[in-house]
Amino acid sequence: MKLHTISLNNLRRRKAKMAFLTIGLLVGIATIVTLVTLTESMSNDIAHKMDEFGANILITPKSEDLSMTYGGISLGRVSFDQKEIHEADLAKVREIKNSRNILSVSPKVLGGVKLQEKDVLLVGVNFAEELKMKQWWRIFGDTPAGDDEILLGSTTADTLHLSPGDTVDVAGRRLKVAGVLEQTGSQDDSLVFAPLKRAQQLLGKEGRITLVEVAALCAGCPIGDMVVQIAEKLPDAKVSAIQQVVESRLKTLDQFKRFSYGVAGVVFFIGSLIVFVTMMGSVNERTTEIGVFRAIGFRKSHIMRIILLEAALVSLLAGLLGYATGMGAAKLALPFMTESKNAALVWDTLVASGSIGLAVAVGLLASLYPALHASRMDPTEALRAL
Amino acid sequence: MALIEISDLHKHYACGDETVQALQGVSLAIDAGEFISIMGQSGSGKSTLLSILGGMNHPTSGKVAVDGTDIYTLGDEGRADFRAQNFGFVFQSFHLIPYLTAQENVMLPLTIAPMKSDEKREAARNALSRVGLGAKCDRLPNQLSGGEQERVAIARAIVNRPHILFADEPTGNLDSKNSDEVMALFRELNGGGQTIVMVTHNPENCHYADRGIILRDGAVV
Repeated sequence: MKLHTISLNNLRRRKAKMAFLTIGLLVGIATIVTLVTLTESMSNDIAHKMDEFGANILITPKSEDLSMTYGGISLGRVSFDQKEIHEADLAKVREIKNSRNILSVSPKVLGGVKLQEKDVLLVGVNFAEELKMKQWWRIFGDTPAGDDEILLGSTTADTLHLSPGDTVDVAGRRLKVAGVLEQTGSQDDSLVFAPLKRAQQLLGKEGRITLVEVAALCAGCPIGDMVVQIAEKLPDAKVSAIQQVVESRLKTLDQFKRFSYGVAGVVFFIGSLIVFVTMMGSVNERTTEIGVFRAIGFRKSHIMRIILLEAALVSLLAGLLGYATGMGAAKLALPFMTESKNAALVWDTLVASGSIGLAVAVGLLASLYPALHASRMDPTEALRAL
Repeated sequence: MALIEISDLHKHYACGDETVQALQGVSLAIDAGEFISIMGQSGSGKSTLLSILGGMNHPTSGKVAVDGTDIYTLGDEGRADFRAQNFGFVFQSFHLIPYLTAQENVMLPLTIAPMKSDEKREAARNALSRVGLGAKCDRLPNQLSGGEQERVAIARAIVNRPHILFADEPTGNLDSKNSDEVMALFRELNGGGQTIVMVTHNPENCHYADRGIILRDGAVV
């Protein structure tokens, strides 16, 4: 027989009390796991949504004039004699310190052209990058694949009575309408999109870029730092962040996080108190028993080991069950907390190990005083031998 | 040299504003192999004397030497070790651990001894056999009668082959038949060389002892 036999047998014998203790701690751990996992899952969901919002960094030529806007953001005056970004500079954007946070870099060349006698804004884009960034685009027909294929905004197509498969003259070149955008409600509806190279050629801007949209899309991306880093790489360009869309969401999430941690803290404090009170009660109930242990020669450290081992075993069980319960609750609650119906639950090993570790640590800490109290019991008083 | 030597032992307790003189200058010598009974009325100081002899209750003044060791010069943990190696205790209310079987209760003093598990089990079985409970090793205390629980308590007290066995009112909770059996068992253990110091208020138990010490108002009469 070893000291742990005493601890294990006591736990087996006092099932109701140990169940109460386990549940007390379990509720605390489960609450923390639920809230942390929900917060993480919601962050992930928002990060995923942010992917769909498009660009959040805009690179434009430095300009004193503010006559043209794109997406509500001033682009600077766009004209043939305006200084523009060189295509060769694009590679530098990928060289910044936080380059791994960059989802896509979408260069654009803009310019006015005549289409069926009407003035339209021609936008040269890299379709692969553009589609990665604008995941909400729905295209009737096909995505332009060849150099001589274009994509029309819905308003442009309506005004010019063009549909997929039609051909049209643009600056003296015959181009095919590969597809038409579904209405987006943005300025994209009034644009004509062409492959970057072809647009540069048609606008006489070979090798030059009017603006670059960068998608650095994740909840924790240091957008401000990235703006500075890009500005350092491209001193002739104006680099600005489009943060207002995501900031409000991140702010809401931040408030939820604070609320979650506050609630988790309170629940956990109550859990710790339950452990403390129950362990203290258990120790007081076992006064005689501890007196016997001391009388037959158990050292103070032996008594502490018995009490703390019991606390550790109960806390470990509470941690494991609390984690499982917390994840279950998070899974049930997640659909109600996110807009996405298929938001994924984050299984974080750090949360698993952290919650179990926390349960054991709190169980031990809350039992430390009761254990010390038990070890300091006078065997004579404990036995009421006087 | 006597196995236990106590000289001029005093023990005072503060009880509210008053000081209770539990022991007043008790001196005694107990030889190895003796069976001593300490008698006295309630409040005479006999249990206090036993707890001091057992190294659990620091005297106000005086000396307690066991086998030449002044036990109260040892620290708390030193006395715990000394108790583990030299003393066995039988308590009035048995004080068996309710969630441990008879054998596990008997093994308790060996839990902290540097012995192999098999040796501990063997020692516990032998001790239980000596008190006639070899067949009830796996019973929990609540599955045993009062007399049987007392026997388990005695087995627990002798399992580590202590130099001295202390018993505090060992028949206090037993009927006369079980009392006689337990006292006969003590006599038998003493016959094997076991030193026993027993506190009792039952004069009949004194017949089993070699020597009786009577305490009155904290002093030996």
